[in-house]
Amino acid sequence: MDVISRVNRSGPTSLSEATEPVWIRGVLIVLALGFLLLFIFLPLAAIFTEALRRGVGAYFASFKDPDALSAIKLTLLTAAIAVPLNLVFGVAAAWTIAKFDFFGKSLLTTLIDLPFAVSPVISGLIYVLLFGAQGWLGPWLAAHGIRILFAVPGIVLATMFVTFPFVAREMIPLMQSQGSDEEFAAISLGASGWQTFLRVTFPNVKWGLLYGVILCNARAMGEFGAVSVVSGHIRGETNTIPLHVEILYNEYNFVAAFAVASLLALLALVTLGLKSFVESRMGDERITA
Amino acid sequence: MPLLRRKHRVLPGFGLSLGYTLFYLSLIVLIPLSATVFKAAGMTWPQFWSAVTSPRVLASYRLSFGAALGGALVNAVFGLLVAWVLVRYRFFGKRLVDALVDLPFALPTAVAGIALTAVYSRNGWIGRLLEPHGIKVAFTPLGVIVALTFIGLPFVVRTVQPVLEDLDAEFEQAAASLGANRWQTFLHVVFPEIWPALLTGFSLAFARGLGEYGSVVFISGNMPMRTEITPLLIITKLEQYDYRGATAIAVVMLSASLALLFIINTLQRWTASRSAA
Repeated sequence: MDVISRVNRSGPTSLSEATEPVWIRGVLIVLALGFLLLFIFLPLAAIFTEALRRGVGAYFASFKDPDALSAIKLTLLTAAIAVPLNLVFGVAAAWTIAKFDFFGKSLLTTLIDLPFAVSPVISGLIYVLLFGAQGWLGPWLAAHGIRILFAVPGIVLATMFVTFPFVAREMIPLMQSQGSDEEFAAISLGASGWQTFLRVTFPNVKWGLLYGVILCNARAMGEFGAVSVVSGHIRGETNTIPLHVEILYNEYNFVAAFAVASLLALLALVTLGLKSFVESRMGDERITA
Repeated sequence: MPLLRRKHRVLPGFGLSLGYTLFYLSLIVLIPLSATVFKAAGMTWPQFWSAVTSPRVLASYRLSFGAALGGALVNAVFGLLVAWVLVRYRFFGKRLVDALVDLPFALPTAVAGIALTAVYSRNGWIGRLLEPHGIKVAFTPLGVIVALTFIGLPFVVRTVQPVLEDLDAEFEQAAASLGANRWQTFLHVVFPEIWPALLTGFSLAFARGLGEYGSVVFISGNMPMRTEITPLLIITKLEQYDYRGATAIAVVMLSASLALLFIINTLQRWTASRSAA
């Protein structure tokens, strides 16, 4: 039991009175890890085990399928459009809300969070109602030969909706906590607005910005429900990686399904690693600041 | 701070950034969302009512609400336990475990769905152990609870963890020196401090579970009246070109989500004001 010891917390009096007996600590740790084993560790391990069930050759063969390749391309394209647009929005929204006072500010903050409260399926449905054949703009779009629904633009729009709040939500509290003193100083010394933002604000928020972008990207590449509604599931054309996983799985092509899914699992692990790294950098800066 | 705020217009870019924020928010979120309301408004009341109260729809509400509640309750208990263990104890691999708690946030829901099905189906690592005892997880309502437990797991841990970290050990030592045992100390000293955060985490997990789709549809089996969640029913209606039926159910779900959002915002403000005091 020597691996289990009380975290050393501040406080000079005897710690033994304010903690649990060793056996209780042991039981609680085992219970907590057992719960995580059932719900996190085993499912994660299952993805890679199932993917490699028929060996490394079958695993890599799953990526040679042209449909898999086009799904990967579409996912990268979608993220490459949705993430930068939401990044620009996030910075603009944070600048507005953190640096200025105006009527309706708290309502605006709530509205920005709205996509998080909406079911992914409804996030897709709203674009069907807007651009579908029976929708508001459907007949006009059809008359002009523009395809949004069941095509790439619809997928990008639905992805933008579900990843909408990520950067803004990270940036607003961060910029609020930093106040505006440094920006006032820069402006009063004659810097322009852009110079102030790039040289003063940006260096202060860059880790928070990166944090938001990482989370936004993970969701953009992994979104399933919303994209599923607007995609139309056309093989090689409107399938993203998660949709391709679903098709393979429903065809009982389990090795290929889990192989392609393992790409997304690796992306998730990289995301968590980067997230921990950025969190530690933000922690350091908070201590030195 | 209020003094500085008064001179706020010293900083440039207010018009541009506010204008762009409102433009982009309207274009991507507000206008598309309002389409739902307008579509529903085009229905007569009896049409709407029969669409949202048919037996199959009612069964899906029961499952979605019940399973989201079940998952959130499991997370309230075990999420608190995980947060406690991560904050208070030291053990091998703690940093890795701490990072992996966020996996449900980062792992695409479809991947989570097939992974959970692989583990909990009859031939899976856990399903195989439960099968002889007559417990079936995959393709039953229990499977839906398992998926929603996975999805909601980080919410409780991540809302309770910071509050536990900020808790001053002196109060617990005082309680101990006054003769309280550990359980009494937890119940009367620690728990009153963390329960607003626990309730917030519970509500967040519940709200997320209510709308969840990707991780559930693989493990649930999607049998009408039995293991069909409400979001799936919306998709089924869409595939049958029943746009009105789909929209009507969506409006019910949106109302529930917005009510929850309001409750959660209130809870969070309450938690923040308590920790500030």
